[in-house]
Amino acid sequence: MLLKIKRVPTVVSNYQKDETVEEGGCGRNCLSKCCINGARLPLYTCKNLDKSIGEKSESPVMFLESLVLGEWEDRFQRGLFRYDVTSCETKVIPGKYGFIAQLNEGRHLKKRPTEFRVDKVLQPFDGNKFNFTKVGQEELLFQFEASNDDDDDKGIQFFPNMPLDADNSPSVVAINVSPIEYGHVLLIPRVLDCLPQMIDHKSLLLALQMAIEAANPYFRLGYNSLGAFATINHLHFQAYYLAMQFPIEKASSLKMTTTNNGVKISNLLNYPVRGLLFEGGNSIKDLSDTVSDASVCLQNNSIPFNILISDSGKQIFLLPQCYAEKQALGEVSSKLLDTQVNPAVWEMSGHMVLKRKEDYEGASEEKAWKLLAEVSLSEERFKEVNTLIFEAIGLSSHEEEEEELEEQSSMNGGFIRRVHCPSVKEEAVSN
Amino acid sequence: MSLTESSKSVFTEEEEKEESFNALWIKEALDELPHNFTITDPFISGHPIVFASLGFLKMTGYSKEEVIGKNGKFFQGPKTNRRSIMEIREAIREERSIQVSLLNYRKSGSPFWMLFHMSPVFGKNDGKVIHFVAVQVPISRREHHRKLRNVSGDLSDHFGSCRREVCFGNFVHQDRALPLECDDDDDDDEQGLEDWEHCEASESEKLKAVEAINNVLSILKRYIELSGRLVCGKRYCLRGADCLSSSLVISLGRIKQSFVLTNPCLPDMPIVYASDAFLTLTGYKRQEVLGQNCRFLSGVDTDFSVLYEMKECILKGQSCTVQILNYSNRKDKSTFWNLLHISPVRNASGKTAYFVGVQVEASCRNTESKELRPETKQLSVVGAVRVAVRSSFMVTC
Repeated sequence: MLLKIKRVPTVVSNYQKDETVEEGGCGRNCLSKCCINGARLPLYTCKNLDKSIGEKSESPVMFLESLVLGEWEDRFQRGLFRYDVTSCETKVIPGKYGFIAQLNEGRHLKKRPTEFRVDKVLQPFDGNKFNFTKVGQEELLFQFEASNDDDDDKGIQFFPNMPLDADNSPSVVAINVSPIEYGHVLLIPRVLDCLPQMIDHKSLLLALQMAIEAANPYFRLGYNSLGAFATINHLHFQAYYLAMQFPIEKASSLKMTTTNNGVKISNLLNYPVRGLLFEGGNSIKDLSDTVSDASVCLQNNSIPFNILISDSGKQIFLLPQCYAEKQALGEVSSKLLDTQVNPAVWEMSGHMVLKRKEDYEGASEEKAWKLLAEVSLSEERFKEVNTLIFEAIGLSSHEEEEEELEEQSSMNGGFIRRVHCPSVKEEAVSN
Repeated sequence: MSLTESSKSVFTEEEEKEESFNALWIKEALDELPHNFTITDPFISGHPIVFASLGFLKMTGYSKEEVIGKNGKFFQGPKTNRRSIMEIREAIREERSIQVSLLNYRKSGSPFWMLFHMSPVFGKNDGKVIHFVAVQVPISRREHHRKLRNVSGDLSDHFGSCRREVCFGNFVHQDRALPLECDDDDDDDEQGLEDWEHCEASESEKLKAVEAINNVLSILKRYIELSGRLVCGKRYCLRGADCLSSSLVISLGRIKQSFVLTNPCLPDMPIVYASDAFLTLTGYKRQEVLGQNCRFLSGVDTDFSVLYEMKECILKGQSCTVQILNYSNRKDKSTFWNLLHISPVRNASGKTAYFVGVQVEASCRNTESKELRPETKQLSVVGAVRVAVRSSFMVTC
């Protein structure tokens, strides 16, 4: 059975039209073959980060941050956004968690909803539909590249006016013309390769590097898979500035295990959404690869999910969800549907954009909790998913015992105990 | 000398003399306390420590000179729990107290667990936060070991416990305490503790923290009562009316370029915030510019049609960039060409709360090929101010 839901897609580019209208030739200064010659953008290459694990990188001027803010403000003043997001009222909902609500009537268009297929997390790229090669170049802020592993410790490289090399598969940062907050941008890895919306190791690493480079815990990156409320099937991450903690960042966590490459995986506790928290790792790539492995597993099993990269890249949340499926099967109450909140990564993290004044005025922690609890996988289902993920990462149960013996014999200050998932809570064992 | 021992004075000579006397008194009183604590000033860029007790210096192994001026982050390190760091940052932002276990690092590099208890200090007249006080009570492992050996049953009520797995968020988890295994004996020093992910303090340690905070706060309050001044003698905002919240000031303090915030809702649109870089550029003291309209920067040869243009933009609530001749108060009383960008800034209510003015001295516009364009840099200040003001939910117009 093909599962579909009807939604009004968010407009992220001024060049995004109805799916049904086909754009003919160009003159729109886009990124396709027609216009890309002569395109120039600032290029920011981040430093080889593997070398700076554990070092305090003190950049006196937050360079990437200045670039993002400066370019965004420039587009803001040029009127490229569909509305002024700073004129949208916002507040912290009283309560333990401090959910953040925003009244944004302009974000959601009063258009005819489009059909989205929600039963498949992996869908092939469709060049006929809107994708990021069709954005106008003025919506692009800069190119963002990772440094080569082969390079020496080069440091940040910046070129204010670099031609876009179509053959070199550039990754770009663009504005989201329907911003949730100030500074809302899209990171589009290898934009001309037209990758579908799915996680791959290289792209997640790029996103993680951007979070690290921005060096601001209030600048988070997010990802929505298809079926978890991504609207465009062209690989992209989102990011914006909000200078306070997200509720999900306040939730406690229970360590489940640590992988071979030092990545700590924990379960979220006392939060309406069940999810995994990844931290640590012997290197940034280890952290990123582990999350990628888990994501690929979810993709292959058609489980929609969201990813939140938080704390300047030190924490990554992986949140599987089932809301779209429930909607398609008619299992969601009309009360919740009427709020028209699509729980993408930001909503899952506790930042709710509400389109109706009554929902904003009446926003409460209880309601937010209720909504997110609907979105979350059930306890049972989550445990199943955990097992799948742990297998995919290479942490099956019988391996664990062998490793445990190895660990006990090496006294390197701090025994790390593995928890056999899904049954938890064994006694603590000291070193 | 004030607590900050700054050479720059913001008061008249007479006020200064009175100030130093009071400061001496309070320093002596604070030095007499046996506790480990620090006092920070959110109104100085970087939210630095302005006072550190002798006990604190002893505990961390630093000298006073090495500590004054540093932010609390200075004592954190790779094993310090990220969650706890975030909690502290949020407590500062929300101007409230917090008590959390924290792993800190001594000068020698060795880590140690302590119970960190922080509280805001409110000014007398306007009830605004003017300082934060932080007390540090070292958590003793030895104490736990000894006691655990002798007691059975549920220990969580009386003794601390160390949990490796549970990482605490803001809310204490209601789990049973997992007692430490005690094959080690008292010879064992604090060494193993830092590998624990969380270390809960004992009830007695928590009580110590509360007692210490109260002692420090009562001295500070007495000082504020007597002198009516800020403890450190520096004023960062207007007296009384519309003083910016400490958290907004902390956010703005991270922006290193020259800029001011003016309040269009107050008569004559006065400056309510001026960055350090602005003061350096213009040669004025903070005291001299706060509460003033920006026109003091204009002079005889300033183009009045440009000023008129700016005024029009402000009335219309629009941004504009102008090049304007300004008169500095620097030693040479020189004039300079100011590439000034002004823009309205909204707060969380969605309404305009301030205007931001970002100054770039025209001669400094180097077009180095590897740097951000000066226009981008200037606009990035506007962006950073927008983020700070919007997220500072306590600011009202």
